[in-house]
Amino acid sequence: MSAYNFAYLDEQTKRMIRRAILKAIAIPGYQVPFGSREMPLSYGWGTGGVQVTASVIGPDDVLKVIDQGADDTTNAVSIRHFFARTTGVRTTTRTDEATLIQTRHRIPETPLRPGQIMVFQVPIPEPLRWLEPRETETRTMHALEEYGVMHVRLYEDITQHGRVATAYDYPVRVNGRYIMRPSPIPKFDNPKLDRSPALMLFGAGREKRIYAVPPWTPVKSLDFEDHPFTVERWVEACAFCASRESFLDEVIVDDKGGRIFVCSDTDYCARRRGQEA
Amino acid sequence: MSERTLLAVRGLTKRYGERTGCLDVGFDLWPGEVLGVVGESGSGKTTILHCLSGRTVATAGSATFVQRDGKVVDLLRMPEAARRRLARADWAMVQQNPRDGLRMSVTAGANVGEPLMALGARHYGKIRGQALDWLGQVEIPLDRVDDLPATFSGGMQQRLQIARSLVTRPRMVFMDEPTGGLDVSVQARLLDLLRGLVADLGLAAIIVTHDLAVTRLLAHRLLVMRGGEIVESGLTDQVLDDPQHPYTQLLVSSVLPP
Repeated sequence: MSAYNFAYLDEQTKRMIRRAILKAIAIPGYQVPFGSREMPLSYGWGTGGVQVTASVIGPDDVLKVIDQGADDTTNAVSIRHFFARTTGVRTTTRTDEATLIQTRHRIPETPLRPGQIMVFQVPIPEPLRWLEPRETETRTMHALEEYGVMHVRLYEDITQHGRVATAYDYPVRVNGRYIMRPSPIPKFDNPKLDRSPALMLFGAGREKRIYAVPPWTPVKSLDFEDHPFTVERWVEACAFCASRESFLDEVIVDDKGGRIFVCSDTDYCARRRGQEA
Repeated sequence: MSERTLLAVRGLTKRYGERTGCLDVGFDLWPGEVLGVVGESGSGKTTILHCLSGRTVATAGSATFVQRDGKVVDLLRMPEAARRRLARADWAMVQQNPRDGLRMSVTAGANVGEPLMALGARHYGKIRGQALDWLGQVEIPLDRVDDLPATFSGGMQQRLQIARSLVTRPRMVFMDEPTGGLDVSVQARLLDLLRGLVADLGLAAIIVTHDLAVTRLLAHRLLVMRGGEIVESGLTDQVLDDPQHPYTQLLVSSVLPP
C-alpha cells in the first residue's frame, strides 16, 4: 500500500481535522465544522469516524473497531481491515488492549481507562434538528443556550407514553453547557459518557462536524425532576455468558418464535466465557 | 421619560431603500395600558411591532424599556442575546395566524408548557398543572390538553396561542391582528376573554389592528397611522368619537353599520 499515505488521508487533511479536534476538545460538546473529505466508503457507513481515526492514529496504536457492539460485523471488519492495510497498526478485539476504539452505536461494557480514545460515527450531529430545521437558528440557540425546546420533546414523550420513550441518541448536556447528541448509542450507554477516563471524539462525515467530550467531563442526560433519567433493564440474562449487567440483543433463533437474549458486546461476552472473541 | 413609563419610543424609523416602513414614530406605553394602533394595510402598523420585537432592524430611533429589575434598556440597540432573554421573560407576541405562534406538531399542553421550560421549569407535573390551569383560563376544555393544535378550531387555536404567550406572566404583549380571520361571534368571545385577562394581569399591550371595534373594546389609547406616520393619537373614545385628522374621519366613517 505504498501508493497511499499513512492512514489513507494526506497530511494536510489530517492537520485540518486535528485542528478541528483540538477545538472540539477545548469546547466540550460544541460542533466544530470541518472540511470533510470523500472517503472510500459510503455516507452512513462511518465516513466521519474514519476521518477522525485516520487523523489521530499513530504507528504504535492498537485499534479496535465495533459495530453495534460486535467486532465481527461487516462494517467493523471492513474498517478494521482498511486501517490494517493503510497503517499496518496492530488490531485487536479486546477493549482493554486497544488504545483507539472506533465504534458505531455502542460503548464497550468493559470500563475504559485513561489514555484510550473512543471515536464515534455520527449520522446527525445536531440535537435540535428535528425541532428547528434552520441551521442558522440552531446555531443561535446553541450560542444563547436556548434549550427549552429539548424538554418539549421529553414532555411529549411522557404525555404520550407515560415515560421518556427515547431509547437511543438520548440528548445530553456536556459540562453544563452544550446540548449534544451522543450518536445513536442506546441510552443504556449514556452513564458511561459521564466523567469517562477516556477521550470521546465524534465525527459526522456527511454533516461535516466534529465534537468531543474530554476525559472526566460531566455529561448529564436530560430529564425532568419528577421523571428522572433511567436506563433499560432486562428480565433475561445473556444466553451465552449469563450476564445481567450488559446490554442485550434479542435474537430470533428459529421460525417457531424461539428467541434468546445475548450480549451486544461480543468481546465482553467472550471474555466472560473465558475465550477470545 | 416619566418614572412610570414602561416603554418610550422616539423617532422610530424604518426604511426599505427608497420606500418607508414607518417614519419618526414616537409614543409612550405605561404599565397596564393597552395601546391600539390602527390604519390601513401598508401604513406601517406591523413594521412598528417587528422593529420593537427585533424581527427587523430599525433604521433610526430609540425604544427605552424598563426591565423588571428597574434597569433601562434600548430595545433597538441591545445585543441579541440580552434581547432574546428579555423577550422570553418579559414579553409575549400574539400572531394573527395562530399557526405562526404555535408549534403545530406537539400537543396543546406542550405548547403552553414550552415557554415555562424555556425559562428553566424542569418538573413535568408542575408544568402540566400550569398548562391545564391556562387552558381553563382561555376556556379550552381540559380533556383537549393532549390533542394536537391542528385538531382545534381557528378560535381555539387563537386562544391556545394566547395561553401560551401569557403563561410566563409577561409585562408587555404585542398583538398583531389577534382577531383577524375569525368569525364575529368567536371574535366577540375572544375579545371578552382578552379584555378580562389584560385587566386581571395588569398587562401592557400594543394591539395592531384595522378593526376599529376591537380597539374600542380593548384599547385605552389609540394611534392612527397612515403612510408610515402617526397622524392622530389620543384616548380611544376621543379619537373615535371626535376624529380631527381627515384620514381618521374617513376611517371612522368607513365602518359599515350592520
